Amino acid sequence: MAEPFLIGEAMTGGYGGADILHGCTIAVEPGEIAVIVGPNGAGKSTAMKAIFGMLRLRKGRVRLAGEDITGLTPQARVLRGMGFVPQTSNIFTSMTVEENLEMGAFIRRDDFQDTMAQVYELFPILKDKRSQPAGELSGGQRQQVAVGRALMTQPKVLMLDEPTAGVSPIVMDELFDRIIEVARSGISILMVEQNARQALEIADKGYVLVQGANRFTDTGAALLADPEVRRSFLGG
Amino acid sequence: MDFLNGLVTFLNFVFIPGAAYGAQLALGALGVTLVYGILRFSNFAHGDTMAFGTAATILVTWGLTGLGVSFGSLPTALLALPAGIAITAALVLATDRMVYRFYRRVKAAPVVLVMVSMGVMFVMNALTRFFPGIGVNDINFADGGRFIIGVREFREMTGLQEGLAIRTTQAITLVVAAVAVALLFWFLNRTRTGKSMRAFSDNEDLALLSGINPERVVAVTWILVAALATTAGVLYGLDKSFKAFTYFQLLLPIFASAVVGGLGNPLGAIAGGFVIAFSEVTVTYAWKRVLTWWLPERWAPDSLVQLLGTDYKFAVSFAILVIVLLFRPTGIFRGKSL
Amino acid sequence: MSIPYRNLMLFAGVAVLYAATAMIYGWNLTLAIVNMALIGAIMALGVNMQWGYAGLFNIGVMGFVALGGLAAVVVSMPPVPEAWAAGGMGVILGLLIGAATVIAAMMIWARMPKGRARGVLVAGVLLAGFFLFRAVFDPATAAVEAVNPAGTGYLGGMGLPVLLAWPAGGVLAAGAAWLIGKTALGLRSDYLAIATLGISEIVIAVLKNEDWLARGVKNVTGIPRPWPVPYEVALQQRPGFGDWASGLGFDPATASSIIVKLGYAGLFLVVILVIVVALELALKSPWGRMMRAIRDNEVAAAAMGKDVTARHLQVFVLGSAIVGVAGAMMTTLDGQLTPGSYQPLRFTFLVWVMVVVGGSGNNWGSVLGGLLIWWLWVMVEPLGLAVMQAVTAGMADGHWLKAHLLDSAAHMRLLTMGVLLLVVLRFSPRGLIPEK
Repeated sequence: MAEPFLIGEAMTGGYGGADILHGCTIAVEPGEIAVIVGPNGAGKSTAMKAIFGMLRLRKGRVRLAGEDITGLTPQARVLRGMGFVPQTSNIFTSMTVEENLEMGAFIRRDDFQDTMAQVYELFPILKDKRSQPAGELSGGQRQQVAVGRALMTQPKVLMLDEPTAGVSPIVMDELFDRIIEVARSGISILMVEQNARQALEIADKGYVLVQGANRFTDTGAALLADPEVRRSFLGG
Repeated sequence: MDFLNGLVTFLNFVFIPGAAYGAQLALGALGVTLVYGILRFSNFAHGDTMAFGTAATILVTWGLTGLGVSFGSLPTALLALPAGIAITAALVLATDRMVYRFYRRVKAAPVVLVMVSMGVMFVMNALTRFFPGIGVNDINFADGGRFIIGVREFREMTGLQEGLAIRTTQAITLVVAAVAVALLFWFLNRTRTGKSMRAFSDNEDLALLSGINPERVVAVTWILVAALATTAGVLYGLDKSFKAFTYFQLLLPIFASAVVGGLGNPLGAIAGGFVIAFSEVTVTYAWKRVLTWWLPERWAPDSLVQLLGTDYKFAVSFAILVIVLLFRPTGIFRGKSL
Repeated sequence: MSIPYRNLMLFAGVAVLYAATAMIYGWNLTLAIVNMALIGAIMALGVNMQWGYAGLFNIGVMGFVALGGLAAVVVSMPPVPEAWAAGGMGVILGLLIGAATVIAAMMIWARMPKGRARGVLVAGVLLAGFFLFRAVFDPATAAVEAVNPAGTGYLGGMGLPVLLAWPAGGVLAAGAAWLIGKTALGLRSDYLAIATLGISEIVIAVLKNEDWLARGVKNVTGIPRPWPVPYEVALQQRPGFGDWASGLGFDPATASSIIVKLGYAGLFLVVILVIVVALELALKSPWGRMMRAIRDNEVAAAAMGKDVTARHLQVFVLGSAIVGVAGAMMTTLDGQLTPGSYQPLRFTFLVWVMVVVGGSGNNWGSVLGGLLIWWLWVMVEPLGLAVMQAVTAGMADGHWLKAHLLDSAAHMRLLTMGVLLLVVLRFSPRGLIPEK
């Protein structure tokens, strides 16, 4: 089997104390949506942070396009083409929408007007509100700003930590639609989700984590069809 | 006529001095608020940074006048100001490198940094006094023209009995402060580096994720702080006089200004500066002269109508500070504290 | 209570410093340094209680010291009956009006529903009260200050033994600390620092300007000595004292001065011991454990149902009281209250250096820090001058740089203390005697 585009392989580690991840493996291919689901405390967000370099791994490697990036800082990973949208505090609340996007493009030295236009095309509401402080927007709009900010570096992989936390079902559906659109443009999406059923519906690949280890790995549709997955993790 | 005479008296003794003092406080408070917003601690060394910057500027001024350079009717110190800023910037950058950076790395609690800033204050105070000719002397370095309008000229011009004097230093204070503030806001709102500073202040983690280099942000902040502190100190020194230890006492009104406006909020710092300055001047001014003009003769006051002696001007800053802490700890403009 | 060997050695080292000073400068001067150092140690104990036990940053130590000094005057000086007759009642009535105004305003604020009417009424009460206060208070103080301004011009004190002023100074400082703590505790830690900075400036302003209270910058001198410290003149006039002194190798004046200083030192040592023992007992009690638990993790302590702000207020008031006691002791030692001599660098920051260098959170550390840092503060100037003289020895007399360097030696203290503080904070943040 060919090497996946981004892979966190057999990751073991935690935040200094006891290990949270136990040999967990997560991978994503270009243009694919991979979703990590699982019960509370399964280490979903931790796995995501490990791939992004926000915690130290005791064992295991992270590779991007065949290159070992295990030792790189998050900032260096951004330069390598990874974008990350944290779960909370993911926008600059006192700055305007447009300034948020500019800050997203901070590491770019070239002209990023095209990227900004693409983001506005993807999230038209942001264009209307571009001179408003981002902190004044609604929850769903803030998430759009957050995703837009991460897209400004033109990443090859976009990592989203529970992008639909605290938004209404309608807004959630719209966000998922946008995420599919992003994936269609060839960007890999790696996403942690609480709303497991809806997320698996759009997922090309699903990872069910339990206690920091892979329990089930399959396509989203297959996981949704698996009776055991349904019973244990999707509420029947 | 009586009303105009009263108004002129008011302008002469309350409004103009208050505005000049307010501008000086605002510049000082801006420096404090920038450090707070970016480095997240209250910098107790700020008063002595101002003193150091002023002393450095005075030395350069002396050098210039020694060479026969002057700035016409304006004080030579204005010419020396950029050099003073550069020297001060070098000092605070070195201080950051040798002292503060370590505590950033270990993510020390803000209160530890406050204490460290106290140590820095000691050292800066000593360095200021080491400058040749500075020591603990009372120095008046305002050369050039004394007045833009003198009392007598004004009376002759207007025919009023009361005179209005606008000192050069007061006018310079307002003009320089306005330019400095405009530059600062242009920098923060329009330039990439300035925006990155605001982003860093707003959400440090996300700023790091966006690839903003924290050390660069911090360095730029210190340079701005040095510029603001030196400018504030020089303006205050031109307007009053310079003594190495009086600047420490400005800490209280400066902090009060910054807290009133909301720590970490630059607009608030400016508003706070003027609130504190005008309160101080209003409360400690003897209103008899103004009221004698404004009130009917029967009501003319016998006493000075001075709410508090001038020695209690600290009490005014303090009272306002306490009221703000009690009722709105985040300040008028909602700083980023709490 | 076992004191580790290392700590004993540290104290022995400081003792050697003092002994060496005595060899060079004589016992008289050395004891003067010792007495001030003991007072500094007590101030450090108070600040250490606030910082070491609770992590509270008090940058207004000077104000609490000065309040203690005021207590010494108010308690021990004889009353001035003429001044009391002239305006004593007016002053008291004025102060009562002032207090009543503030209390009335606070009650209106607390009782009335929120709204414009409340604000207007409170402002009106405050304004009316202020003018009434001034109308009663101003003529009274003017009358008091007019009574023999060269000699008294103030109300005088209560004529009680000055030893009573020490606890009184503590109470006065505690009162001020309570007001500040009520306002600024529970907010960001920096706010307490800024508020204490403010109160200390105001206390000094009051002392300098309210002549009726303690003569302002005209100073109060001749504060009586505490029992059992004798007066030098009385000692020298004792029969046989001169012979006894020369038998020990001192001239009578020096000998009497040394005995007086030893008397003070004895009193101060008793106070230090009482405070240290009380503090150590408190620290080992459940109360002390709770304080440290709060300091180390406020959130967890609050979650366990501890009222963090109330505990902080308690420790802040107690610590300030200790500083106030030290302030009263200092004024007693000086025999005079000189408001002009209160400098923040000398009182507030020096005490902080003592606490940090000695070891935050450790009472013995504070005592050691007080003794060591005060010695350093006094000796840096002659030492600095000696260094500068050595540096400039090769330069021609009259060279500007030589003169400048020699002048600068006077400012060496600030530099030394600042660098010392920074170095200790950076490389040995736990200080000489770390917290156990």
